[in-house]
Amino acid sequence: MTAFSNRPQTRDSVKIMSRLDLTKRLVAKLHKHEAVIGGIGNTNFDLWASGRRAENFYMLGSMGLAVPIALGLAIAQPERGVIALEGDGSILMQLGSLATVASRAPKNLLIVVMDNGTYQITGGQPTATGLGADIVAIAKGAGLSQAAWAADEGHFEEMADQALAEPGPWLIAVRLDAEKPKIQTTRDPVQIRSHFMRGIGTQPAWGS
Amino acid sequence: MTWAEIIVDVLKRNNIRLVPYVPDNVLTPLIKAINEDPFFTAFTCTREEEAVGIAAGAWMGGMRSLILMQTSGFATLPNALASLSVPFQIPIVMLVSERGTLGEFNIGQALVAKTMRPVLDALAIEHHTLARLDEVDFITDRTIKQAVATQQPGCLILSPQLTGGKVL
Repeated sequence: MTAFSNRPQTRDSVKIMSRLDLTKRLVAKLHKHEAVIGGIGNTNFDLWASGRRAENFYMLGSMGLAVPIALGLAIAQPERGVIALEGDGSILMQLGSLATVASRAPKNLLIVVMDNGTYQITGGQPTATGLGADIVAIAKGAGLSQAAWAADEGHFEEMADQALAEPGPWLIAVRLDAEKPKIQTTRDPVQIRSHFMRGIGTQPAWGS
Repeated sequence: MTWAEIIVDVLKRNNIRLVPYVPDNVLTPLIKAINEDPFFTAFTCTREEEAVGIAAGAWMGGMRSLILMQTSGFATLPNALASLSVPFQIPIVMLVSERGTLGEFNIGQALVAKTMRPVLDALAIEHHTLARLDEVDFITDRTIKQAVATQQPGCLILSPQLTGGKVL
């Protein structure tokens, strides 16, 4: 647990970073066909902007369900790495799922919480994390012992490397600036789901 | 066979191995049977929405699920069904233990139960009520098969007429 334990951090002490930059850094590390479940809104849009991987799934509603979807996939495909990308507002809506993940303890699951302290897409109203709640402390309290804040970009990369190589579940929280996404996902649910299922080998392409 | 034993048999025939649930008193014999059978992976969720998400992820990963809850839990699901299961064409199969009718003692359960079938109808979700032991196999089996074939959610409502329900 080197990367997660050697630089203990609190929310107040970590660097404020760029969501798009961190998402690109994470996606660049995915060499084993890891699946990525993007939560709604800006988290998703920057995942979309980081490359159209066949193993990416983009929610279009169902706020808070990226972690449960990732957990279900991690159970169904235990050999595949699965990553849930969630915003702070989204994870706050489904905090119980952190306890469920802890109790199931899937070795192949990484949760990344993108925390800008606001409901950015609805006008920047503060979330509970912006008012003092600490997602890493909540995650640890839920039983996710391998949870930590990323101190800066280099530390985030170290943590991601470890989480992708060693048994999870893992949770990495990052603090973000207020930069808005430049592009948005497609909004065709069937196309998104079908593309994803082909990407993870559960739906054949036409003609096969 | 009891209704619970019949449902276990139907789930196995349809290769439904994952059962995320929020517990209910009437569902206890089914939950117990599933938990004791290594064919199944079953566990509690903190909310019914969470179970929908887990079942959706598992389906996309190639694993079939049945999610269990009671009527009041179903009432928390319209958004998850309308924004995930229905538009993405992910066949979430639900088994709902019916509270709120035929001797209900809790007014809150009685009121929220009235929203269940209208919500299912509003979302055009196929639903059937299990009220007779001799119909449990057929209705459960066909509801699962239709959900999978049409890639749409389906809902089985477990009536007190079959289970005796929960009474004071």
